[in-house]
Amino acid sequence: MENKQTTNTKLLRTNRKTGIVGYGAYIPRYRLPGSEVAMVWTGSEKGSPVKEKAVAGLDEDVITMSIEAARNALLRADIDPCELRAVWIGSESHPYAVKPSGTVVAEAIGASNNIQSGDWEFACKAGSEAMVAAVAMVGSGMANYALAIGMDTAQGKPSDALEYTAGSGGAAYIIGPAEESVAEIEASYSFVSDTPDFWRRPEQKYPEHGQRFTGDPAYFHHIESAGRTLLEELGAKASDFTYAIFHQPNPKFPMKAGKDLGFTEEQIKPGLLVPVIGNTYAGSSLVGLSAVLDIAKPGDRILLVSFGSGAGSDAFALTVTDRITSRRNSAPTTAEYIARRTEINYATYTRFRGKIDMG
Amino acid sequence: MENPRHWRLNKQRYALVGEVCPHCEAKIFPPRDVCPECGGEAKNRFGFSGKGKVFSYTIMRDAPAGYEHNTPYTVAIVALDEGPMVTAQLTDLGSEKVEIGMPVEMVTRKIREDVEKKGMIIYGYKFRPVMQG
Repeated sequence: MENKQTTNTKLLRTNRKTGIVGYGAYIPRYRLPGSEVAMVWTGSEKGSPVKEKAVAGLDEDVITMSIEAARNALLRADIDPCELRAVWIGSESHPYAVKPSGTVVAEAIGASNNIQSGDWEFACKAGSEAMVAAVAMVGSGMANYALAIGMDTAQGKPSDALEYTAGSGGAAYIIGPAEESVAEIEASYSFVSDTPDFWRRPEQKYPEHGQRFTGDPAYFHHIESAGRTLLEELGAKASDFTYAIFHQPNPKFPMKAGKDLGFTEEQIKPGLLVPVIGNTYAGSSLVGLSAVLDIAKPGDRILLVSFGSGAGSDAFALTVTDRITSRRNSAPTTAEYIARRTEINYATYTRFRGKIDMG
Repeated sequence: MENPRHWRLNKQRYALVGEVCPHCEAKIFPPRDVCPECGGEAKNRFGFSGKGKVFSYTIMRDAPAGYEHNTPYTVAIVALDEGPMVTAQLTDLGSEKVEIGMPVEMVTRKIREDVEKKGMIIYGYKFRPVMQG
């Protein structure tokens, strides 16, 4: 058997080619307009960086939202859930501090007992980190299919800048053999460093962040280092890609990072959902990718770069295959979830997100 | 909380997994191992599609213990496409008006949680207006 040396390059590339065989988005139905948040804290409706954000309902959490995204991914993959060898969820909002989210999701979607199911945590890149592991698992031949999910019911302190954007949603990806995929994974590259831009200590309800420090040394340095290195190592340039998706804490950051890397607005906008669903933390870049897969054509190349505070970025290069056209209509599209919309006011939001002290 | 009681029901509660009778093909929910139609032994597992129609409904404003945080909510009797009737909450209604005969689909949601948030979270089926035709 051929055993090529693959560790002396920066790229993560498997000998056995892998790809996304099924994907599924989930975005809850409720929307909190940015003007509601602005009105409460500033007395004016102006100032929100986003139009609105998606808010999970009273009976939703990362487990229920992951179940629906995973069911959508299974519909598109058209595989027996018992063939999955991993059910992995990356999130900042796991419902339990101790008790895996993945086991509940695995039971609900009909996966077998023969799986890996630990939860992942790396701020907003927990889901893409799980995808890297899924690629490794399938690429090594240990598994034919592995499910990686990025999902959050994001936390933002009342009156903090994050309250405008911290939203709920995410997406699920089933990684499998490239020949069965809707998008082949060419390679990935991850760049991480100890950068204290944003964190949440145990038992704290809301995260702390380093204000403007979250920009240059954190978001931009990691996204651009990961993206640039991946392009260089692949010998590719921005214009080779039809779409580029970046972690999206607000509309400005991904647009600037993209432009710094040579991408245009036309490449970035189709995957830029933050203006209408907010920043879904570990779900953010992954649900942007699902929106792009919903419209991509065979042969399109896609760049995906996540960012997680603390800090790091995972960059993926993907090529869409012919299978996309027959598979993508098997489950609701990302746009359909965005269109299913019920506006709520700030008072309802505080109830839905458990911000009222019941004494 | 009575963990074993809930744990035993995981499959039927999370994903509407019931049974199909090998003698008369009747679909059975909840699973009871004996066919209510023909009386024969029926232990073959059957996963319901989750599609159905509202047969009847009511609105709960005064909820039993463990459900208070969700009031007001709608409880419906749903006629599943495969035959059986189930009682369940409706969810994600937004501003949609519930009507008898309305097509609904199963979703897995939080059903119960203690106010102190110390106990286990009980997940299970609810129904919402169908997203796709």
